Amino acid sequence: MENMVNIYLYGKKYSVPAELTIMTAMEYAGYTLKRGCGCRHGFCGACATIYRIKGSNELKTCLACQTQVQEGMYIASIPFFPTDKRTYDIEEIKPGPQIMMELYPEIYSCIGCNACTNACTQSLNVMQYIAYAQRGEFEKCAEESFDCVACGCCSVRCPAGISHPMVGLLARRLTGKYIAPETKHLKDRVDEINHGQYDELIEQIMQKPITEMQELYNTREIEK
Amino acid sequence: MFTPEMLESVKKVEATRAARMQTEPRRMTAEEKDTLLKAFHPDYRADGFAEIKIGSNKGEKAPLELAQLLNSNSRILGVDIDLNNVDYYVYVLVIGGGGAGASAAIEADNAGANVMIVTKLRIGDANTMMAEGGIQAADKPNDSPVQHYLDAFGGGHFAARPELLRRLVMEAPDAIKWLNELGVMFDKDEDGNMVTTHGGGTSRKRMHAAKDYSGAEIMRTLRDEVINRGIPVVDFTSAVELIKDDRGQVAGAVLLNMETDEYLVAKAKTVIIATGGAGRLHYQNFPTSNHYGATADGLVMGYRAGAPLLYQDTIQYHPTGVAFPSQIFGALVTEKVRSLGAMLVNVDGEAFMHPLETRDVSAASIIRECKERGKGVETPLGQGIWLDTPMIELIGGEGTIEKRIPAMLRMYLNYGIDMRKVPILIYPTLHYQNGGLEIGGEGFTKTIPNLLVAGEAVGGIHGRNRLMGNSLLDIIVFGRNAGKAAAAKAKDVELGEMNLDHIKAYADELEAAGVATGDVSPLLLPKYARKGR
Repeated sequence: MENMVNIYLYGKKYSVPAELTIMTAMEYAGYTLKRGCGCRHGFCGACATIYRIKGSNELKTCLACQTQVQEGMYIASIPFFPTDKRTYDIEEIKPGPQIMMELYPEIYSCIGCNACTNACTQSLNVMQYIAYAQRGEFEKCAEESFDCVACGCCSVRCPAGISHPMVGLLARRLTGKYIAPETKHLKDRVDEINHGQYDELIEQIMQKPITEMQELYNTREIEK
Repeated sequence: MFTPEMLESVKKVEATRAARMQTEPRRMTAEEKDTLLKAFHPDYRADGFAEIKIGSNKGEKAPLELAQLLNSNSRILGVDIDLNNVDYYVYVLVIGGGGAGASAAIEADNAGANVMIVTKLRIGDANTMMAEGGIQAADKPNDSPVQHYLDAFGGGHFAARPELLRRLVMEAPDAIKWLNELGVMFDKDEDGNMVTTHGGGTSRKRMHAAKDYSGAEIMRTLRDEVINRGIPVVDFTSAVELIKDDRGQVAGAVLLNMETDEYLVAKAKTVIIATGGAGRLHYQNFPTSNHYGATADGLVMGYRAGAPLLYQDTIQYHPTGVAFPSQIFGALVTEKVRSLGAMLVNVDGEAFMHPLETRDVSAASIIRECKERGKGVETPLGQGIWLDTPMIELIGGEGTIEKRIPAMLRMYLNYGIDMRKVPILIYPTLHYQNGGLEIGGEGFTKTIPNLLVAGEAVGGIHGRNRLMGNSLLDIIVFGRNAGKAAAAKAKDVELGEMNLDHIKAYADELEAAGVATGDVSPLLLPKYARKGR
């Protein structure tokens, strides 16, 4: 007999094998998921979930696909949360001190409760990256928020109504485009290609018979 | 978490580590690889395949589960759908909200076309989001697009379509530049040089990455750009069949609201199929690294409408899927783990192969080590091979794993396994559809003049095996091109009378061939809800 645990999906009790994740336990219980299920491997943030263990008053947040069931889990998924993304033209904005004030002024209403950090399913220091954003330290904000999967659990818990994943995303795009140093070898190669420098060589290799290609491939030098 | 038997084996892995680090395992010869693949690669298992019964690829093989869908009738056969009741009318209809679809939509919008994305789940619920290791481009001084071509062509067993592969490698640097200018944070050194590594089968270090969230970083940036541009995204709405007209063109798609089961009509002057892969069909009972919606819908819709398939019988099994613990069984362990130095090691602590052979060869070699040589490690769900991750910290210095592959570290720490200190257990997982719908160099199908395909749904870009980092690249290169080409083409398209006659014709052909699977297609979602108890 399998080792079973009792869980409560939206308050209704089910007995499920103990080794399952919350997501596979829902399917074991008979659910066909449409919302609240995306990549199933912890990268897309579709399966934000809130739960409480029977007898404890602490509310916990997690990704359903990355969390094993436990006895007495009361589970509710949060398949959608109205995160507030502001739109902008990436070519027009600049990584100056005023951009966060213009697009996400509510970050300056942060009361420092740290509920966002406690709710993060990726164990990120969310409040810290919001603080970096407030100070215009976009590179630090980008680095600190980098592993965010935008599940939205932070925003669910925020008393100031901040859409943290959107703030981190803006900081990362500003960093990637404007702050990180330019890549000269990339620009040079694009220019070379645009000037036709490889046209003849690529035509030649495309025309070679398979036997010659096999020889070239099997004897090619591999960079150490 | 490890069983006592696993812990015993870990001791052997640790005992041989120092000696192993002094030597590089030999690479296999071309003949050795051929023999290995034929004996152990799942593509050579005849019982995993069935015949396509009708259509332009009639008589050819496809994986059983795909053949079943291709040999089935449309889920809207006999459903009364009023095509004159048009819910959406656009110039460019993009089916699929992954990296290829988003790139296509951005470029179509850039070209001034009226474009819309429909997607079965949310925009970004796609294999792109889950790509970890990186994206190739020959942009270093010691490299060239020609070298990239040679690596990809050989790695794909000399079967790639030259006109497609040429585009892939020649437009790769510009794809990286485009992404960078959209704000993708590539790993760079302080001078701006890209931090690049090898992938299996590359002869130059041309793997660009954003830690091990490379695909996620690209996808979330593209998604943000789509939203910033105000491009309409109709989510939780699956295309279920293409609509054609009386001139042999496509004229849009029938859509299904996944939540209300309502059918909708999208009319379009051009259609781009960007529906991705098929991992959730679980060929040969493999687990998969793919997202929930990867069910080959686009292949089925395109084929029913008359677009031929190419290399639909070749599938990529990623050598390193999670073998243990069971909660994350089949999840991807990025090839970058091996790029950073981890070796593949058997139950006795022996490095039985070079860690950076191409994916098909690596997967077959791991399967041989377990099935034939009996040198795998027993797990609750089968067998596994060690990936000796502590080597990464010894080679790159303490902290390398947290800095370069944080997602992997987090995934295993969730289950009490610290990959910095102990090796991890892996086994091949169903990862990528090498084949798909056939296109020409400009992205159009060869039979339907205003139907385009981009991304994993395309066949022929990579041949019969794909190198790491060439898929994130192909979704960008071919996605962008499809968007531009569709926008230009739409200006000249005059649509005729819309119809769904091809669905009835397909049914008639199946009946004439005596085929009755009892199923309908496309599948849309895998059937995971437990039945009967």
